[in-house]
Amino acid sequence: MNDVADDESASDAETEENADANGDTVDALESSDPDEVGPVTWIEQQPLPYPSDALEPYISKETVEQHWGIHQHIHVERLNGMIGGSEWEGMSLGQMMLSSFNEGREAPHPPFFHAAQIWNHDFYWRSMQPGGGSKPSERLLKFIKRDFGSYDGMIQQFMDAALTQFGSGWVWLSYKGSKLPHVNSRSPIPSDNYGRLVISKTPNAINPLVWGHSPLLAIDVWEHAYYLDYEDRRADYVSTFLEKLLSWETVESRLKKAVIRAIERDGHVSRKHVRKQLLAQGKSRIRARPQQANENARGQTSSQEKPLGV
Amino acid sequence: MQGCRSRRCSKVVSYYGLITPPYKLDALEPYMSKRTVELHWGKHHQNYVDGLNKQLATSMFYGYTLEELIKEGYNNGNPLPEYNNAAQVWNHHFFWESMQPESGGSPEGGVLQQIEKDFGSFTNFREEFICSALSLLGSGWVWLVLKREERKLSVVCTRNAISPLALGDIPIMNLDLWEHAYYLDYKDDRRMYVTNFIDHLVSWHTVTLRMMRGEAFVNLGEPNIPVA
Repeated sequence: MNDVADDESASDAETEENADANGDTVDALESSDPDEVGPVTWIEQQPLPYPSDALEPYISKETVEQHWGIHQHIHVERLNGMIGGSEWEGMSLGQMMLSSFNEGREAPHPPFFHAAQIWNHDFYWRSMQPGGGSKPSERLLKFIKRDFGSYDGMIQQFMDAALTQFGSGWVWLSYKGSKLPHVNSRSPIPSDNYGRLVISKTPNAINPLVWGHSPLLAIDVWEHAYYLDYEDRRADYVSTFLEKLLSWETVESRLKKAVIRAIERDGHVSRKHVRKQLLAQGKSRIRARPQQANENARGQTSSQEKPLGV
Repeated sequence: MQGCRSRRCSKVVSYYGLITPPYKLDALEPYMSKRTVELHWGKHHQNYVDGLNKQLATSMFYGYTLEELIKEGYNNGNPLPEYNNAAQVWNHHFFWESMQPESGGSPEGGVLQQIEKDFGSFTNFREEFICSALSLLGSGWVWLVLKREERKLSVVCTRNAISPLALGDIPIMNLDLWEHAYYLDYKDDRRMYVTNFIDHLVSWHTVTLRMMRGEAFVNLGEPNIPVA
């Protein structure tokens, strides 16, 4: 059994990966290497991966400039104003977010709100692309069908979550592993110990990273995200996001990384692997299968033939 | 309320309606645009009323007054499903009535005296109100309340739909800090919005009336002990 220190550093490392896995611009994120830090280095928000009018006509240029340029920037300014000389100085954004969350048992520390909002917004911009929407790939559809019954079922659940989030918040599609956060244990329910996709809604600045999930896509349902373009019609905003803006390629690449991380971190096993083990134990030869190359699933699953091993 | 069972009477049921603000929808220009009021009152407030009525059709809370709904629905911090809609209906109605066109400035008479007693000066109160509003993270409301226990006026912030009624105090005036209340007019500049409200929109007349009513429940004066 790992002790608590290991667990925390593991989760920090995982957040680092998660924070890095959030798009590809690691360089914009804060480095926590002490040799590189001269005077206090500041957190920055990641640049937009497309020009500010690229999401027209679904999200206007004005909204993007206001949302990214001013609103998110305020969080950056506030956060940088708070961390100088504090215990969070020098941490990366992801580390700061997790450690200031205070494990959810009590109110988070002040930097959490701003750090999490910066992270959430970076994730949100990268969940979208101009000319997005359309359908997910076959592989992704397979897992959606397994976990939600059908693609339409998932869309329905997503819409419900978005419309019932009372107050400000976010809606997420995440990959949930089996390890419970903040304690080093698994769920006692065996069927819980397989990675699966879940949809969750979170208030204000909370995100599923602090629950130990790996987010795959996010939509901002704070009113500032859609009020200039859709006024009060949140349903129109969410369905437009799903049909026209969402980048399924990004979701799929995030999912691949999440699965690999879960396998490495949780000692995750796929259902196929467990079945093979049971068969081997039973010494049954009736349904012998050839050795599958994806058992260790460490390599980047770039080949179309290799299943994700979820 | 559930109607009699006789074949002759039909069942009579009643639900909540949307009360009109005491001014025209464009009267609060330029501090609150007509479009904002149209949307805020006509869509958001209306949706809360409709949502509440839909819930009440099948709820044990049918027939309760709004204040009762808020106090019971709050359920000591674990709100029941009817709470959010009921509280938002009440909060928004209170908000529309807290404003009047070309109002603001500073109060007079008894209200001013009470504010000076509880905040030091009107300027202090105004600063505290603005700071409090800016410190709220996410959606919510900022209120001037009359606290029952402490027997004084106080500025409080509440999140989402929480109401001081549920917390046991007497609300005197409120300001909606949900983004839908100011985003079209001020975008992210919440400070300007709150400043304009306190300087130009808040109706001290309504505040005075509410204070008068509040004083029936809370004894604010020093006891007048006659000297023998």
